[in-house]
Amino acid sequence: MKTPATAPGILMIVVGFLLASPTLRAEGEDETAWNTNLKQKFFSDRTIEEDQQTLEITAPYRAEDPALVPLQITSKFPQTTDHYIKNITVIIDNNPVPFSASFDFTPESGKADIATRMRFNAYTHVRAIAETNDGKLHMAKAFVKASGGCSAPIGTDLEAAKARMGKMKFKVDGEKATLGQPNPVQLLISHPNITGMQMDQISRMVQPAHYVTDVKVSFEGKPVMTAKTDIAISADPNFRFYFTPEKAGELKAEIRDNLGNQYTTTQAISP
Amino acid sequence: MMSPAFHHPLWLCTLLCLLSIPEQANTEELSLKEIATGVYVHQGVHQLPNQHNRGEIANIGFIIGERCIAVIDSGGSPEQGLALKQQIGKLSQKPICYVINTHVHPDHIYGNIAFKAPGVSFVGHHKLAQAMALRAPYYQEKDNGELGFSLSPENFVPPDRPVRDPLELDLGGRSLRLTAHPTAHTDNDLSIFDTETETLWLGDLLFMGHVPVVDGSLNGWLSEIEKLRKIDAQRVVPGHGPVVAAWPLALMGEENYLKHLQTEIRAAIKAGKTIEQAMDEIGQSMRPDWQLFDDFHKRNIATAFAELEWEDE
Repeated sequence: MKTPATAPGILMIVVGFLLASPTLRAEGEDETAWNTNLKQKFFSDRTIEEDQQTLEITAPYRAEDPALVPLQITSKFPQTTDHYIKNITVIIDNNPVPFSASFDFTPESGKADIATRMRFNAYTHVRAIAETNDGKLHMAKAFVKASGGCSAPIGTDLEAAKARMGKMKFKVDGEKATLGQPNPVQLLISHPNITGMQMDQISRMVQPAHYVTDVKVSFEGKPVMTAKTDIAISADPNFRFYFTPEKAGELKAEIRDNLGNQYTTTQAISP
Repeated sequence: MMSPAFHHPLWLCTLLCLLSIPEQANTEELSLKEIATGVYVHQGVHQLPNQHNRGEIANIGFIIGERCIAVIDSGGSPEQGLALKQQIGKLSQKPICYVINTHVHPDHIYGNIAFKAPGVSFVGHHKLAQAMALRAPYYQEKDNGELGFSLSPENFVPPDRPVRDPLELDLGGRSLRLTAHPTAHTDNDLSIFDTETETLWLGDLLFMGHVPVVDGSLNGWLSEIEKLRKIDAQRVVPGHGPVVAAWPLALMGEENYLKHLQTEIRAAIKAGKTIEQAMDEIGQSMRPDWQLFDDFHKRNIATAFAELEWEDE
């Protein structure tokens, strides 16, 4: 049965209009926070090029769930020992903690691509700043409309989440790895990633922050992707990236959280 | 010379009264339908909560026993709770003994405050109090002012009677059976079965017309639907949709929607698709079947994807 196009349609437009008008939210689109404070704080006086040749960032303009916003950073050239991206730092201007994550890559990464899900607390720009091996900085940015991602209530089954905390798994595309080429891989980490901004009204206590701070992925002992992460990473941190296996071997992930818990997982890789 | 009628006090009073009614005041009586003997339901509207509808978007109502009355979901605003209370008072002299909340969402609980009184017991899932505590600050920040009324901690009235095992409430010659469900629509869903008329009141375990909203567990919800279907009921009251529907036929639309999500998301995960691809590609064929589809469907995919990617192959 088709939805009638008249009254509900008009209602939707009215509702949409009301929702679209920013009331209590910061307008967010101006880049004052970045220009006057954040840029200096994270990159002091260094020059940052906003070119299209280094990296690209993809994020939804209007987030469906502010606590689970998919973010994709794509590099524009393959990693080689002569020319590679060694770090990508992600800043979300209007989040309570603008530093979201910092990812280190090597030539063995194959591609310095990274995708994850993040929390957005207000309308804001999100920036990915890449540092290439020649020491130069390049930035890509996107604007995201979202609010409340950091203070949103913890996902429903907190008990279940805590019970399986630290469990991790790798997902490798396809059954077999292709040697000598960048292979896509996904790391799933079970962790509630509590921001420390979610209040419990009964006890009137803020749920203490409990989140993943370090992620180290290596293949046969050599680093593939090393990350420092903060509260902007969504619950159950999920990372998609690449690695280039030259032979069969072991993929390993080692993580740490702010309370000092450490977890490890490995995955055998064969062609 | 002016007609004496113009100066008549009653006429002037009426005119002044009409002029002074604030734009947003709810001057209408709360509409109710008696769907079975002593079972009354007010139908909500398929809209997002906003200042115009004051968040009054869910199905709410009550059941009258020989001794007293049980309210099931109090409404999306304190005003709606009051309007419901007033309508009950017009229909029956019996006291309200229970206010039962089917789950934590604002459109089902913001009327609670209007019912607080000696002798009134608030009933809900044993996880409801915690859910209210965790969500209250977020709801206050988000809803405060946006719905046309202000929110404070006192708007969150938790149950004093938490339900874990199935509970029988006696309204005087009339027994209600309450069931606390494992995580489905939320992690605190409670259903009510009126044994006298065999009416099943499901809250948001059942959506009709309004697209189902996954705020708990997709797998859990589908699992509960399988169990619910086996209940021998004469009719069902959904949380959103018509005031009453045939049972178990009423489940069909929702089950199709959720099963489609489950099947397609599992396939996407197996095919190595990303969450972004899943959100873009899945389920748009179902759009004509549901209202508020564009507001909730993609978010449903994101939530369910994050749940299902943990399933072991």
